[in-house]
Amino acid sequence: MNETPPPTAAKGSHDEFGMIHPAPDPNEGDAAVLRTEELLLNMGPQHPSTHGVLRVVLDLEGERILKATPHLGYLHRGTEKLAEGKTYQQIVTLTDRLDYVCAMTNNFAYVRAVEKLLGVTVPPRAEYIRTIVAEMQRISGHLFWLGTQALDIGAMTVFFYTFREREVLIGLFEKLCGARLTYSYYTIGGVGNDLTPEIIAALRAFLKTFPEKIAEYNTLLETNRIWLARTKNVAVISAEDAVAYSLTGPTLRGSGVNYDIRKAEPYAAYADVEWEVPLGKNGDTYDRYFIRVEEIRQSARIVSQCLDKLPDGPISIDVPGITYPSKDRVMVDMESLIHHFKMACEGIKPPKGEIYCATEAPKGELGFYINSDGGNHPYRLKIRSPSFVHLGAFDHMARGYLIADIVTIFGTYDVVMGECDR
Amino acid sequence: MNVVTQLVVILGTIGVVMVTVLLHVAYLTYFERKVLGWMQDRMGPMEVGYHGLLQPIADGLKLFMKEDIIPSGANKIIFSLAPILSLIPALIGFAVIPWGDGQLTIPLPWIGDVTFRPFVTDLNIGILYLLALSSVGAYGILLGGWASNSKYSLLGGLRSAAQVISYELALGMSLVGVLLLAGSLSLVKIAQAQAGGFWHWYAFALPFPQIVALALYGIAAVAETNRLPFDLPEAESELVAGFFTEYSGMRFAFFFLAEYANMILVSCIAAIVFLGGWHAPFPFLDFVPGIVWFLLKVYVFLFFFYWIRATLPRLRYDQLMTFGWKVMIPLVLANILVTSVAAYFWMN
Repeated sequence: MNETPPPTAAKGSHDEFGMIHPAPDPNEGDAAVLRTEELLLNMGPQHPSTHGVLRVVLDLEGERILKATPHLGYLHRGTEKLAEGKTYQQIVTLTDRLDYVCAMTNNFAYVRAVEKLLGVTVPPRAEYIRTIVAEMQRISGHLFWLGTQALDIGAMTVFFYTFREREVLIGLFEKLCGARLTYSYYTIGGVGNDLTPEIIAALRAFLKTFPEKIAEYNTLLETNRIWLARTKNVAVISAEDAVAYSLTGPTLRGSGVNYDIRKAEPYAAYADVEWEVPLGKNGDTYDRYFIRVEEIRQSARIVSQCLDKLPDGPISIDVPGITYPSKDRVMVDMESLIHHFKMACEGIKPPKGEIYCATEAPKGELGFYINSDGGNHPYRLKIRSPSFVHLGAFDHMARGYLIADIVTIFGTYDVVMGECDR
Repeated sequence: MNVVTQLVVILGTIGVVMVTVLLHVAYLTYFERKVLGWMQDRMGPMEVGYHGLLQPIADGLKLFMKEDIIPSGANKIIFSLAPILSLIPALIGFAVIPWGDGQLTIPLPWIGDVTFRPFVTDLNIGILYLLALSSVGAYGILLGGWASNSKYSLLGGLRSAAQVISYELALGMSLVGVLLLAGSLSLVKIAQAQAGGFWHWYAFALPFPQIVALALYGIAAVAETNRLPFDLPEAESELVAGFFTEYSGMRFAFFFLAEYANMILVSCIAAIVFLGGWHAPFPFLDFVPGIVWFLLKVYVFLFFFYWIRATLPRLRYDQLMTFGWKVMIPLVLANILVTSVAAYFWMN
């Protein structure tokens, strides 16, 4: 008690893991004040509910979050750099792997950017098919989100119900393009395959029963006291903050900001059909849940209107130097064979210039910036992915909530790490 | 009946009860997976045996073969002790559970009359004994969480301590109404007092039906056994696996067995205290053996556990505490008050 401890002792020692173990306080005893310390919890990259490999370091006081720091990069595959060495058609397959839950929308966003750079417009039938497929993808993406968000909050059954319907849509995609997850269906200048009458009939049958299925999910959630308690007033973000953090998609609209690229700068067939943009009021998790469920309904509306109006005609432009010649001509026609060979070897050569083109993906604004030097592959490709931008607001939205809310907040962005780390 | 015979009979009864309980625990997991599968549009286990009937055995063997891992930095003694501390109270609770009524006396040559009874013992403080044991079981969770040297386990253990203390009060007090009416703590006496049709069961009997107490008991029992929506100590999506994150192999299996044994135990208590134990709902159905009625009631209660698990999301820690202290406890206290007043006037 008489000697003062050396100054190094107060700092404590580091163990083999680098954790600091404070040295015992010599004054501890009868009059000692109990020491409080923040708990540092490393959540992820291996954790059952971080939606892939997100890692968050949490500063906790008891169970309350003082600070949340997301650490990204565990799924980095260098998509943007890889794209610099690929021809424009080859990059379509890379975009499949961004947001692997909604590969169709990634394809769509990319081919739109290239088409804008090339200055081509696609035929009306292709525009309608693109719209139909993109909205089917939005439905399946939101169903995936609803299931996983409910699972994170503890409601297991919704997950199985939403996957039942997602399975139908994936089956349709498989009929359409042969793949179930990484589609590469959109091509520069159109789409790969035409909608067959069989697919259209199956899609109509699906849309007919779909409202009942949505009602089924909602009976489990919408008025459930526990669900309301877990989502209302959780991860609230005001409209100003949402704009300041560049949030987009349902996360932005949950705060009541009316911004949807499909309405603001209509593309494909969105201007030709009637639909509404659902908006939230409080900017909490419940509003974002509500909006996504409503968006599923609106998407179903868009799909059924597009099916009614579906025009006839080609499903792709036929411009030498941009599209491949049709396969039946390649087999009999010398010029077409040369054309095919040149396309495969050289690819598309857009004019010199740069372009940014944003598309409304299920998660938010998915933008592609392409800088072309006139060659057959982009000089620079930059992807503005909504998941990455949304995680910037993570700390702001997580502070002051409990550990249990962390998984709700992950879920409310609809984060997919493939898109986040690119 | 001499001392040796008596000892053999008691040990035999214990053996039968233990084997029955452990078999039920094993097949409860199968039952749960089938019920959940049925509710969730899928098949449940189908591979091992006919419709997956051998799945629990395969699971048990798998856990038995697993490497036993003790994390570095864990307190070895407490880490090893915790699963045992969790399982033993869950199993010895069955000592006071009566499975049926009456006794069977068989005269044997040379040994004399041997009496078999459908329970191990009839403690006159049966309910108190069960409540005490369920508190001891919480130590297993708390110590397991603390000794693992993992933050997830620690948080799970802490949550569990808070939860068990809060809900044990409600659990114990929801039984008080019946104790007032029955005037006994012995489970056998409580069950015997409910003979003669379902209108004599305490859940529905005059002077004051304990149906509210039964509902409250059900909620508290779900919380006590750490089941959804109260499975915070092992909240999978938040704390990985909560207090048993670091456990593997048989130690993990012990926690698992304890959870399911506790589920059966609380269901047995509900069946005996509120739903008349082994008694048939109508006197003309008395020809069906009591054990059938008893198991039926237990399984209906267990089915509710699964049903709730398939339906509800998980509560948050603070909501759980608020619900426990601000809703459950005032309601059980009100129930005790009304029951006492009703019982007082009824008896006069």
